[in-house]
Amino acid sequence: MSLKNQAAAIGFAELKPSKDAPPDITPLSLMARLTAEAIADAGLEKSDIDGFLVGMPSAEPGFIYPASAAEVLGLNPRMLNVVDIGGASPAGMIWRAAAAIQSGMCSAVICLVADLNRAGDQRVPVISVQREFESPYGNIGANCGYAMIAHRHMYEYGTTPQQMAKVAVDQRKNALKNQLAAFGDKPLTIDDVLNSRMIVDPLHLYEIVSPCSGGSAVIIASPEVAKRAKNPPVWLLGAGEYSNHASITYAPSLTESPIKPAADAAFKMAGVDRKNIDLVCPYDCYTITVLVTFEDAGFCKKGQGGPFAAEHDLSYAGDFPCNTHGGQLSFGQPGLGGGMSHVVEGVRQLMGRGEGRQVKDAALAYVNGNGGIMSEQVSLILERRS
Amino acid sequence: MSEYIKPLPKPSPTSRPYWEAAKRHELQLQHCGACGGFIYYPRPRCPNCMSDNLKWERVSGRGKLYSYTIVRRASTRSFADGPYVLAIVELDEGPHMTTNLIAPQEQLKIGMPVAVFFDDVTPEHTLVKFKPA
Repeated sequence: MSLKNQAAAIGFAELKPSKDAPPDITPLSLMARLTAEAIADAGLEKSDIDGFLVGMPSAEPGFIYPASAAEVLGLNPRMLNVVDIGGASPAGMIWRAAAAIQSGMCSAVICLVADLNRAGDQRVPVISVQREFESPYGNIGANCGYAMIAHRHMYEYGTTPQQMAKVAVDQRKNALKNQLAAFGDKPLTIDDVLNSRMIVDPLHLYEIVSPCSGGSAVIIASPEVAKRAKNPPVWLLGAGEYSNHASITYAPSLTESPIKPAADAAFKMAGVDRKNIDLVCPYDCYTITVLVTFEDAGFCKKGQGGPFAAEHDLSYAGDFPCNTHGGQLSFGQPGLGGGMSHVVEGVRQLMGRGEGRQVKDAALAYVNGNGGIMSEQVSLILERRS
Repeated sequence: MSEYIKPLPKPSPTSRPYWEAAKRHELQLQHCGACGGFIYYPRPRCPNCMSDNLKWERVSGRGKLYSYTIVRRASTRSFADGPYVLAIVELDEGPHMTTNLIAPQEQLKIGMPVAVFFDDVTPEHTLVKFKPA
């Protein structure tokens, strides 16, 4: 038994991320808009939605959150859950939705995330071991961990700042064609990236996601519901998830991530070859994250992520289209909506709705969700059937 | 003396011996009597083999710099008092530790030998930090 071809994405909604957080907006008001728009996009009625997976907004956390949010939205789900695996939560929602559908518990699941950029000062984590053994030394927030990954990657494999910067540069080319991208107004050069302010050595400002307000929703449906959807269904062919640490200090390796087992499981389930993938949507909280994903998802040899990025055109028109929406680096990171942006872009491209950045004849997409400091990984393979 | 505003460790029943040893300026780790591994950070059971046969042992305090970053812009105000070196040290006994390395920036090199020292940040709290060996 597997999840292959058991469920399909049939509609989505996505907001343009904004740096500000207007006082008259709440995460739930964004969720209400996204729910209405995603249901309309799929061509369903609200009463068709019988599963609800939601991300906990940092700006409005709550106890028994799914029922509270479902009540506000007027949903009556047969399954409701918060998925709490950091930035991997949205990708994690997709296969959990498919599993609920395959088991017969649900027929149409909405996967919903929205947040406001009100965090300001990074809070000291509430998890006791991180409070106790990380925070006193200033290992707070995600920047430090990824910087240490980048340094170690440079040390082990000779990865260069230029190779890392190339990811941000090519993804910006994609963002220039995405009206929803928060940072899609002007091109970026490798020099621009390397001349931007050093935040945490070796990572510069333009290699680091920018927190935003926004959100997105995707509807996953059974084959029966998919038949009456407005959009061409995008089928889940494979999924894999893996975690082997929370703080990067205690990971078995800084440079070999849990993406490998997640991606291997997804490709095995899908039964497709990596060389047949038409576009990739790897989680890109930092430039280094993308290089490690290229390696551990098996698109290049271990340690060769840097040269791979340098040698390939990662734009929508290039030989290895990557994060054709601009990635979070250019799209922005509206909380968990950052992670969902990779799912939405994969679905959008496979539905043929890529507009000015459509990847020609795109039929197979690889999506990766990454939580924490490479801590939780979810890989998905999506397919549009001709 | 100005007030210390950075986060401080709050020992748990599991970790209290670790922090008490640090206050005495000793680095002690749990050692698993079943699989023989050293453990950091302190755990209720061995995370490798789940044994509860754990004993505290003093270790060398020697290791190598595994990776680091110079945090030039901290993500929290309590660390905004200037760049600092956040590091992962690989102890000679095996475990990795999150710590601060106190060294001139031009000396920082992954793989460099380092040695523990104890920073009494308040009368009640001692942090475990490293410097070049």
